[in-house]
Amino acid sequence: MIEIRWHGRGGQGAVTSVELLALAAIEEGKYAQGFPAFGPERRGAPVMAYNRVSDKPIKIRSGIYDPDVVVVLDPSLVGLVNVTEGLKPDGLLIINTSKTAPAIREQLKYKGKLATVDATHIAREELGVPIANTTMLGAVMKTTKVLKLASLDEPIKERFGKIADRNKNALKRAYDDVKLAK
Amino acid sequence: MGKIVGMEVGIAAAEAVGLCNIDVAAVYPITPQSHIAEHLSDIVHDGRIDAEFITVESEHSSISACAGASATGARAYTATSSQGLMLMHEILPIVSAMRLPVVMGNANRAISGPLNIWNDHTDIMPQRDNGWIVMHAENGQEVIDMTIQSFKIAEHPDIMLPTVLNMDGFQLTHMIEPLEFPLQEEVNAFLPDRVPFATLHPDNPLSMGCFNMPDIFMETMKAKDVALLNSKKTIVKIWNEWGKMFGRYYKPVETYKNKGAETLILTMGSMGETASVAVDELRKAGQSVGLVKIRLWRPFPLEELRAAIKGCKTLVVMDRAVSFGGAGGPVGTEIKSLMFHDQDRPRIVDFIMGLGGRDVKVEDFIAMVERAAKKKDETYEYYGVRE
Repeated sequence: MIEIRWHGRGGQGAVTSVELLALAAIEEGKYAQGFPAFGPERRGAPVMAYNRVSDKPIKIRSGIYDPDVVVVLDPSLVGLVNVTEGLKPDGLLIINTSKTAPAIREQLKYKGKLATVDATHIAREELGVPIANTTMLGAVMKTTKVLKLASLDEPIKERFGKIADRNKNALKRAYDDVKLAK
Repeated sequence: MGKIVGMEVGIAAAEAVGLCNIDVAAVYPITPQSHIAEHLSDIVHDGRIDAEFITVESEHSSISACAGASATGARAYTATSSQGLMLMHEILPIVSAMRLPVVMGNANRAISGPLNIWNDHTDIMPQRDNGWIVMHAENGQEVIDMTIQSFKIAEHPDIMLPTVLNMDGFQLTHMIEPLEFPLQEEVNAFLPDRVPFATLHPDNPLSMGCFNMPDIFMETMKAKDVALLNSKKTIVKIWNEWGKMFGRYYKPVETYKNKGAETLILTMGSMGETASVAVDELRKAGQSVGLVKIRLWRPFPLEELRAAIKGCKTLVVMDRAVSFGGAGGPVGTEIKSLMFHDQDRPRIVDFIMGLGGRDVKVEDFIAMVERAAKKKDETYEYYGVRE
């Protein structure tokens, strides 16, 4: 089982990300959960959302405290929220940032596995908005290999209708651009 | 059955209601039930079902509208949570006394105050004594299945009582998970049209819910109690029928690795699944621990519980509600009382835990089992409270 924690800000679509990932996993015949950190919805405030994906039925219904993967949707959260809290020693941190990996390592005093991509830049170009939730899904697919990229096609089509292709392009660009840091 | 789909459980609850050929829905939105209200309203608005969605001004009105609709012979559904259920309180015993088969979904949430929107069972417990059939679902699939079953249970001529299906707020309602929907024709085959015992109609005037003088009120109350107690055998029959059709069997008390276990954890609702993982871990560590889960809370399945816990030495009850100033949590107190005369009953250790959304993890269940083993008496305890 793989457990993923998403950090975003209210309104940036962290919940949409976990929804799309869970739907894609179920589409693939896997077991999955997608759920928000249950709380009052506040636009702009730091929020979290979670995924579990497994080949076997998932029985645990408590929160996720020691994730295998942490995804940060909003660069401004780095340093503001303890994004590496509970991350497993061999876990992976995936950050949307325009900074370099060494700069992020320095800022977070983090030595573990790290992947970076400038998803906001991609989202601005492809979608015209600085909202990186679907874009970051591409980075997650590439670096975690939790699912096949194509499994997201149907959930994205269903969710975004006319703008599905633009979201898919953004996601594909992040898939290609994301870099695993040394 | 249809294919497995990923869906939020609250949305799935509304979809399940949509399969049940309802005539009337009267639902007032409240967190964490809102997605049920919104999505059911969409289903009606989009013309997917031929039903009336009444946009009421409160939960007192939603349950009253359902009672009125049900009295005319309509199939009526409502859903609520927490304060909404509290506002319905006045009407709930009237619906059961009138033997109206209204079906309700309740997204369990703590009651104020202080204000808290998260999960526990403090909303349903004050409604325990109203004469409704009270059931708890453990996961999203059970929410779908039991929603459909609820209509058949409520309307069965041997029952004719309202039902409330509890689904833990957020833990279930806001969870996206894999779910399987029965096909419409399968639901049609399982759930026949309602055949009301009596209906309000201008052409054939009659009175329902009449005034009782002291010379008849007690008989009415006993009749209601007997009706609720008697409903259990028909509920079990309906669950077996569901099992034969869909391959998923439901029992008043569910068990997991309970045979021969020295210690049993007892849960209601969604925490059962997490507790089952704790049981697996404790078994791996060589401990004789199992799990019993109460699905049917009213009428209380005493015989089934007795059979499920037979031979166990310690019963560790998880109570997600408080009976302030009482002898323990509502579930623990009740089980102690029901087993008072049982010679070989286990030691019953009652924990109040998981209130107002306090997360209950696998290690918490393990810690409570360990604490129960050390505990000398049967007084109740709060688990995980910072002193």
